Amino acid sequence: MRVLIPSPLHDYTHAPRVEANGGTLGALLDDLDRQFPGIRFRMVDEQGQIRRHMRCFIDGVQIFSLAHALDGTDEVLFVQALSGG
Amino acid sequence: MASAHPVLLVATRKGAWLLHGDTDRQHWRLDGPHFLGQIINHLVLDPRNGRTLLAAVSTGHLGPTLFRSADLGANWQEAAQPPAFATTADGNGRSVKHTFWLEPGPASEPEVWYAGTSPQGLFRSTDGGDTWAPFSCLNDDPTFREWMGTEQDGTPDGPKLHSIQIDPRDPTHLYIAMSGGGVHESTDGGRSFTPLLDGLAVVEGFDRDTPTFHDPHCVRLCPTLPDRLYQQNHCGIYRLDRPATTWQRIGDNMPAEVGDIGFPLVLHPHDPDTLWVFPMNGDTVWPRTSPDGKPAAYRSRDGGASWQRQDHGLPAEQAWWTVKRQAMCADTEATLGLYVGTTSGELWASRDEGDNWQCLARHLPEIYALSIGYPQA
Repeated sequence: MRVLIPSPLHDYTHAPRVEANGGTLGALLDDLDRQFPGIRFRMVDEQGQIRRHMRCFIDGVQIFSLAHALDGTDEVLFVQALSGG
Repeated sequence: MASAHPVLLVATRKGAWLLHGDTDRQHWRLDGPHFLGQIINHLVLDPRNGRTLLAAVSTGHLGPTLFRSADLGANWQEAAQPPAFATTADGNGRSVKHTFWLEPGPASEPEVWYAGTSPQGLFRSTDGGDTWAPFSCLNDDPTFREWMGTEQDGTPDGPKLHSIQIDPRDPTHLYIAMSGGGVHESTDGGRSFTPLLDGLAVVEGFDRDTPTFHDPHCVRLCPTLPDRLYQQNHCGIYRLDRPATTWQRIGDNMPAEVGDIGFPLVLHPHDPDTLWVFPMNGDTVWPRTSPDGKPAAYRSRDGGASWQRQDHGLPAEQAWWTVKRQAMCADTEATLGLYVGTTSGELWASRDEGDNWQCLARHLPEIYALSIGYPQA
């Protein structure tokens, strides 16, 4: 699957789009972390919640659960809401 | 062998800087920014090896992490497992917002580090800061969780655990402080902690027997007299000489027009009777500025029985900055050097124990923490 990575995480991926796989959103994040160590904890907290300013869209629909099933043809978009000053 | 060249480590709201000093501390070379735009809550050089640099890094929109460097910031490696609370089955457990305090372990445990987080959590690494695990009963004990209060009870950027102090005679003897949540002591290597609150004031109307209402800003253990603790808290300045358990308010000896509210507290590394504070305006709505816009350090040479104002070289008026709890430190030279980082991004230094101050840098981001290190040659 193609995965869009927001710019604050490009230090990990060095590219705005990467390839990753998994049967669920959680598994896809695990694959991302295998490829780019450390990236998952910056996106998802220790309770399995997508972090407050991180948004995930799959086929145009916002997804909140890491258990969301992926069929292998999805495009996964992670976008980042910036906050603070 | 430790270098005679100190390095001043500057953690700010928008990155980190290193100031490399010469042997007489006259000239400083500014190196940075590192992690531009990221929040650095603490930056510490391991005093046990003079080589490992740890940085507590977060942003407003990504999860918190730690980075390590073995070459004074030329290269950084992210910690494999940064501090994180235990995962709960219902997903309603806490999550670390940022690591606030980094404390190297004792010399006898050269790979051990402790970390305090926001919200309040205590973590430990036994591999030089690469992987971290929750430490002791504190993070999940129901009583401590109640004492930690809610986000509303904490400081403006989140409640936090800080001031991790380790008895140099006994690595199982620890003190920690929580804002809010009070000061606590462990004598069994962190398996249990006991509140240490007698004698401390709380804001009028609150119950002083409830740890939640205690807000220690900074607690320091005297390295050469480990039975002595000093504390700057929300209500005043205190000293405790163990085995006594009742804090004595030494801030009452400060000038009444200045008061004894503030955040940082710095101890002399060799003289347990000498300490410094940097008072702040804590009136009414808590402006958190220098009192009357006239910043000054106050030094005591007699354990807090008397205090001397030290402002020579600092702005004489209209300077409305203040100093956060981690943003004042001392070096270890024979004539002690003191360093202050301000909320307005200025770095001030004294090479004569606070008698005279000079500005080392301006226009940095808001300074969150300072520490001094002596890199291994």
